[in-house]
Amino acid sequence: MTQIVKRPETLPEIRPPEVRRLEPVRTQTVTFEGPGETLHLESGQTLHPVTVAYETYGQLNDARDNAVLVCHALSGDAHAAGYYGLEKDEKPGWWDVLIGPGKPLDTDKYFVISSNFLGGCKGTTGPSSIDPATGKPYGLDFPFYTVKDMVQVQRRLLKHLGVPRLLAVIGGSLGGMQVLQWAISFPEMVRGAIPIATTARLSPQAIAFNEVARQAIMSDPDWNGGDYSLDAQPERGLGLARMIGHITYLSEQAMLRKFSRRFINGQGRSFCLTKDFQVENYLHHQGSSFVRRFDANTYLYITRAMDYFDLEAAYGRLSTAFSGCRCPFLVASFTSDWLFPPEQSRELVQALRRVGLDVSYCNIESDQGHDAFLLPGHRMGDVVAGFLERLTRMAAS
Amino acid sequence: MNAHCVTPQQVDWSRSRPRDRALDRSIVSLVPQGARVLDLGCGNGDLLLRLKADREVEERGVELEPGAVAECLSRGLSVIQADLEESLADLREGAFDVVVLNQVLLATARPLHLLTEALRVGRRVLVSFPNFTYWRIRSQIVFKGRLPVNPTLPYQWYDTPNIRLATVKDFRALCQEKRWKVHKELFVNLDRQDHPRTVRFWPNMRAALALFALERGQG
Repeated sequence: MTQIVKRPETLPEIRPPEVRRLEPVRTQTVTFEGPGETLHLESGQTLHPVTVAYETYGQLNDARDNAVLVCHALSGDAHAAGYYGLEKDEKPGWWDVLIGPGKPLDTDKYFVISSNFLGGCKGTTGPSSIDPATGKPYGLDFPFYTVKDMVQVQRRLLKHLGVPRLLAVIGGSLGGMQVLQWAISFPEMVRGAIPIATTARLSPQAIAFNEVARQAIMSDPDWNGGDYSLDAQPERGLGLARMIGHITYLSEQAMLRKFSRRFINGQGRSFCLTKDFQVENYLHHQGSSFVRRFDANTYLYITRAMDYFDLEAAYGRLSTAFSGCRCPFLVASFTSDWLFPPEQSRELVQALRRVGLDVSYCNIESDQGHDAFLLPGHRMGDVVAGFLERLTRMAAS
Repeated sequence: MNAHCVTPQQVDWSRSRPRDRALDRSIVSLVPQGARVLDLGCGNGDLLLRLKADREVEERGVELEPGAVAECLSRGLSVIQADLEESLADLREGAFDVVVLNQVLLATARPLHLLTEALRVGRRVLVSFPNFTYWRIRSQIVFKGRLPVNPTLPYQWYDTPNIRLATVKDFRALCQEKRWKVHKELFVNLDRQDHPRTVRFWPNMRAALALFALERGQG
């Protein structure tokens, strides 16, 4: 049935809000090589040279005190905001809802830096990079690395960019772990820390999901002990790993709202074992699109870096870990996030307050699950903007 | 949260806004310049913003209602979303110069414990609450036989966040019993525009709202 909508005689003039896009952005790289540039990793191994892919948005001011470092999560990259070109169907960077002119990470005010972390597969040296010693991809010869190592590399990038001190470090999930590590490793360089939807250590449940994902990759015959050519990935295993991941990123409510129990053909049961429900379709789509843009060995290493992150184990007690921090913190969690549950954020808040730090905390209402930090439609942006303005005022006084 | 407590989502806090803001000027007058202030149940941060502007305080807030917390943070305030009592457990003795309990004491399950904890973490504690023996309330009960709904108690019995009732005399008796030092008492009623008018005599009968400034140490 078509609905007849009666138009009013005169339509009110609606002016869309001024939307200003970032200038087309591009990913740049810097390679740290030469004597003294060897990276000493927590695993005891070394890496040399190290290339880092990064993007910047906005301008570093004369006082060089308006830089904000954005740390990405497991499958992210340096492309955090804006567009490479101006094609209509191009997807913007992964945190475009937050970064840009007039947005919470306002590029008219702040100099925003985003880099692909150490061991990534989007331009920074990682398992899929060519090992200069052999001329072949590192694969499983790549050394194990940790969140702490990622932060060391980001610090070198800041030095290269001439940024002595950060107004803020911000990131969600694995990005949030980097934020915590930043405030601990380089307290003198951080004026404010914004860990979102994150934890001081993964729950055994989350480690279990990571292990199932890794097993999915390693049991794919195409994985071949990590020795595969980059155009013949273990696609089934990597796709399966991503499907498992996506189940953990959503919430029960979000799945119910998005897919309900709807069938793909719209009719009903097809009595087949291939995709029949829309939720299955969604997972398969996520899996196959991930395979086109991500490297399987990298997935193995990054999930391990997440598993190994444990501030309590590293420093004895959680509050001891933060005892050297000086900056204000803004901790945010999401009500329906069961992978990095609000309870873990509250533990962070408790430990931070115990050592007398200036802590803000908000458990943001959302039914989107862990993925909420990447999505618009809740108050995370306002909260982040308010905190950054406070940091700016504090820096000025 | 205990089953018998009112969950914050059920309360329309806008109804008590005039009352909650009525004592702001008095509270500000009791806060020293540059003090470290903890506002327990800070709502959307109106009082903290005023304290920052007028007294340049170092502010911290605690609030349970998520929307109000988000508003505080958007306004650049340092606030955590937490249960009031639980939030105090992490704080050291004397961590704050002033702790504010503005119109929240009667909505808590363990007000005595909260006051004791507030006096542990703060040198000075400012407590305000509606006085249940205010003559208008008395007459409503006596003549109408109904529980009062008025500007200082703006909720029906079934939707009120206040699970306690207190009077000026009750509070004085408590302070005496616990040997809390009362630095200052301030009593007001509200005029037709909800502006506070100071009450000097017979506050237990004539004041709609009470504000006590307690200080640590023996009285």
